[in-house]
Amino acid sequence: MDHIRPVPAGAPSPEDGTSGTDLTDLLRRSGRGDEPAFALLYDATAARVFGLAVRVVRDPAQAEEVTQESFLEIWRTAGRYDPDRGSALSWLLTITHRKAVDRVRSAEAASRRDTSYQQHNQPVEHDSTAEAAEASLEARRVRGALAALTEVQREAVGLAYLGGYTHTEVATMLDLPVGTAKTRIRDGMIRLRDALGVSS
Amino acid sequence: MTDVHALSGAYAVDALDDLERAAFERHLVECAECRAEVASLRETAALIAETTAVAPPPELRDRVLAGIATVRPLPPQTPAATVRRHRPRLLLAAAAAVVLVGAGGIVWQEPWADDTSQQVSAVDAVLTAPDAGKASEEFPGGASATVTYSNSLGKAVIETHDMPPPPEGKVYQIWFDQPGKGMVSAGVMPVVADLTLLLAGDASTATAAGITVEPEGGSEEPTTTPIALFEFAGQDA
Repeated sequence: MDHIRPVPAGAPSPEDGTSGTDLTDLLRRSGRGDEPAFALLYDATAARVFGLAVRVVRDPAQAEEVTQESFLEIWRTAGRYDPDRGSALSWLLTITHRKAVDRVRSAEAASRRDTSYQQHNQPVEHDSTAEAAEASLEARRVRGALAALTEVQREAVGLAYLGGYTHTEVATMLDLPVGTAKTRIRDGMIRLRDALGVSS
Repeated sequence: MTDVHALSGAYAVDALDDLERAAFERHLVECAECRAEVASLRETAALIAETTAVAPPPELRDRVLAGIATVRPLPPQTPAATVRRHRPRLLLAAAAAVVLVGAGGIVWQEPWADDTSQQVSAVDAVLTAPDAGKASEEFPGGASATVTYSNSLGKAVIETHDMPPPPEGKVYQIWFDQPGKGMVSAGVMPVVADLTLLLAGDASTATAAGITVEPEGGSEEPTTTPIALFEFAGQDA
């Protein structure tokens, strides 16, 4: 089977349909200082948090630091999570993504910027880190939706979210007039949202 | 307005620079439509992260769990705490005399810090100096900043209008470009939208001033590219 699940045994499956509620509950309990609940939250989400950090910062050692900082922040601010404003997973990955992006931008990331354009320009689904990615049903569904975007939308969304570049940088990388990349990113994200049936 | 709305996608995936983000966050406070759109696009972004999931090294789990054991979770945000975030903007009337920074409790490190009247008169002296020169910068969203400098007084004053607050955990820091020394801190800017502030350091030797976004507490030297640069022209003896 290709259902590789790099998550420790016993962890709630993100595919079982109830994980959203579970994560919210685990987060709520974490906010009250419940360490075992937080350990379960970690087990259920660490692969996604770490994977996103690796994809953005690229260096695994730095990605571990970003992951650690993110979970610390998640623990510290869990009590401030408001379920009315979004899912627990989205909240937690928003924190992770911000930390990853802050890391690459503040470090000036000389080595990363030197990496060839070609490498960044590869479609998301052929990215090297994706080989090790969790082959979940959800991931396949998302790849399908990404593939249905226009090429420029897919590239703009990929460079912005997974590459950690600003829309101005994305415009330069894709030879788009400044100001156009932000529109492509938004169009692409909206199309993706609608294709994936995310309620708006 | 439509122009600001168009930033929602880039905001949701953290593809705005610090200043654009600050401006958009200010817009979000007033625009329920954009708040809803950003929320839905963040849910979508979280799904993209499904495609990049990778198991972290097992020892990371131990480090994370050992780390959290020593940190106290913050209390939930009560209505009062939510309001406090916007308070600085309600206190603008007092901005001219502000010498203490709100965010992070940064203290303005100048001898006159505890004497507001002295600062106010020094500000007036610079603003009305016969040799005063001005340099201005406009920001997206209508904010602006002006630096007035006087060679004879060796001082400069920054005035901001409608300045969006810096991103959370960050501050605006202002610098003098001093030939031979590089960028020298002229202080951390108090978090108020409309500010008048005397800058620390010798303005007569400086060739320019710049603003950067720095971590709370400020930095020894700029760690980001300036969001604004003010060239001091015509500084002749």
